[in-house]
Amino acid sequence: MSELRTTEALLYLDGLEKSFDGFKAINGLSFSMKAGELRAVIGPNGAGKTTMMDMITGKTRPDKGDALWDGRIDLTTQDEADTARLGIGRKFQKPTVFETHTVEDNLLMALKDERSVLATLFSRTSDAQRERIGELLALVRLEDRRGDLAANLSHGQKQWLEIGMLLAQDPQLLLVDEPAAGMTDEETMRTAELLKGIAGKHAVVVVEHDMAFVKALGCRVTVLHQGTVIAEGSIDHVSANERVIEVYLGR
Amino acid sequence: MILRALDTRSAIFLGVLFILAVAVPFLNQAMTPGSAAHLPSFAVSLLGKYLCYALLAVALDLVWGYCGILSLGHGAFFALGGYAMGMHLMREIGDRGVYANPLLPDFMVFLNWKELPWFWHGFDMFWFAMIMVFLAPGALAFLFGWFAFRSRVTGVYLSIITQALTYALMLAFFRNEMGFGGNNGLTDFKDVLGFDLQSDATRCGLFVATVAALAFGFVLCRIITTSKAGKVLVAVRDAESRTRFLGYRVEGFKLFVFVVSAMLAGLAGALYTPQVGIINPSEFSPANSIEIVIWVALGGRGSLVGAAIGAVLVSLAKTLLTGWFPELWLFALGGLFVLATLFLPRGVLGAVEGIKLRRSRPAREPAPQPAE
Repeated sequence: MSELRTTEALLYLDGLEKSFDGFKAINGLSFSMKAGELRAVIGPNGAGKTTMMDMITGKTRPDKGDALWDGRIDLTTQDEADTARLGIGRKFQKPTVFETHTVEDNLLMALKDERSVLATLFSRTSDAQRERIGELLALVRLEDRRGDLAANLSHGQKQWLEIGMLLAQDPQLLLVDEPAAGMTDEETMRTAELLKGIAGKHAVVVVEHDMAFVKALGCRVTVLHQGTVIAEGSIDHVSANERVIEVYLGR
Repeated sequence: MILRALDTRSAIFLGVLFILAVAVPFLNQAMTPGSAAHLPSFAVSLLGKYLCYALLAVALDLVWGYCGILSLGHGAFFALGGYAMGMHLMREIGDRGVYANPLLPDFMVFLNWKELPWFWHGFDMFWFAMIMVFLAPGALAFLFGWFAFRSRVTGVYLSIITQALTYALMLAFFRNEMGFGGNNGLTDFKDVLGFDLQSDATRCGLFVATVAALAFGFVLCRIITTSKAGKVLVAVRDAESRTRFLGYRVEGFKLFVFVVSAMLAGLAGALYTPQVGIINPSEFSPANSIEIVIWVALGGRGSLVGAAIGAVLVSLAKTLLTGWFPELWLFALGGLFVLATLFLPRGVLGAVEGIKLRRSRPAREPAPQPAE
């Protein structure tokens, strides 16, 4: 790990490969993101979107290729907790919140803070933390649910709570897997607004199937197919691409 | 930190423990034997045994109820603590044994051993034995947890390995060559810290010590579970990978509670041995460890008070039933477990809470269920 930056990109993936039992889930994937950028990743089922996120967050190790964070850190040697501490936040496809905790406690645990056993054992919630939780609640529109158990939230509210938890980590990069799944049209548009508001301060990668949602994001789009990038550019640009139409949009 | 840990229910629980610590010795010592108010000495030791079990149940609830680690081998930590105490009590016998050997316990003389095995050294000192009561189960839990949690062994696989662990230890302790008395275990204890173990006053003293240990274990577990670390434990139980992606080292938290829990189980075992008068390899038997799980499930998983109540209730039922119909006990235990799983998914205490909730809030809200 050299101190010299080799790239300006916040996240830099080059020539990644990963097979599961002979099936090439990722095949020569290259991808890069600048700090603060908003990016949508689309692709048919099995294109390797989730595996790509798994590799970025240290859940899966690539067989080959480089994954660099901030131009310095080799992501292939880090595990989930490491990458979270580096500043990569991840939202799962299925909303995953701590159901038996209150909305407030969900956010409290996500807040940027010491994560060791000893530190949490003796930690006390400060006023600044309470205030920050209040801000986050306002952002994800859950102010009036602060003391409720997360289990009692609606599906869409759980999605938002999870996004709120991601923001509480104050990550440099958010990986958001199908945030609009199962949401009403109105909730979908609100979520798009929310993510657009977040970008700039944080880099955001959104994996999504819903084309209306991707259009609403109005950002650069990367199209994955069979574990590799087949097109990249504005939504209009990739929509006009013949391969994209063939493998994805045309279906 | 302590104030946050002590809610009303905990205060009531500690109050009951305090009353027991005062009333039981009083009823045993101050009342004339034979009068209706007199508590016989065997009952004092029996109650003491129940409270040892209660501490063991609290220890298991910390890892299972809060962190989702279903240990089917917690009896091993209990037995190790019991053996550490038993070794001290054996050394205390000195030359009052049958063979009157000042250094070697009777079973070693019987096996024709000439010198004390290295791991028996130091146990003549009470303080050393007390350290080992915590260190032996703690070290085993650390070693086991280090490998199991780092390799991300979870769920039923982890449960099976813990079961194998206690079974392997049982087989090992059954062997005479191990140097722990073989299948007879350690017994024939005379005194502890100079107090005669047969005397009523010593039994009362041990009872009070057990109450104090239970109170200590309970408050410690309350402090842990009401802290932010406790919230992380529940988070691990409910959504382990989410917790990892938030940046928490899940294996560290698991290892921490597993070791704390094992040490508390060891403490319970150390108090159990002098009150029961014997410790033998059957304490390592898998069935014992499963029984602990049943106590916690019946009392209310995820509630420390519930776990303690479950241990006492089931043990009391066991004492009564094995007295009346010895052959029926295992059926009764199995039946209780099935009924509790079907009708009291949150245990006795959870059911009481549910009734209270329904009375105070006619519009029923679904009660939160702890996730598997």
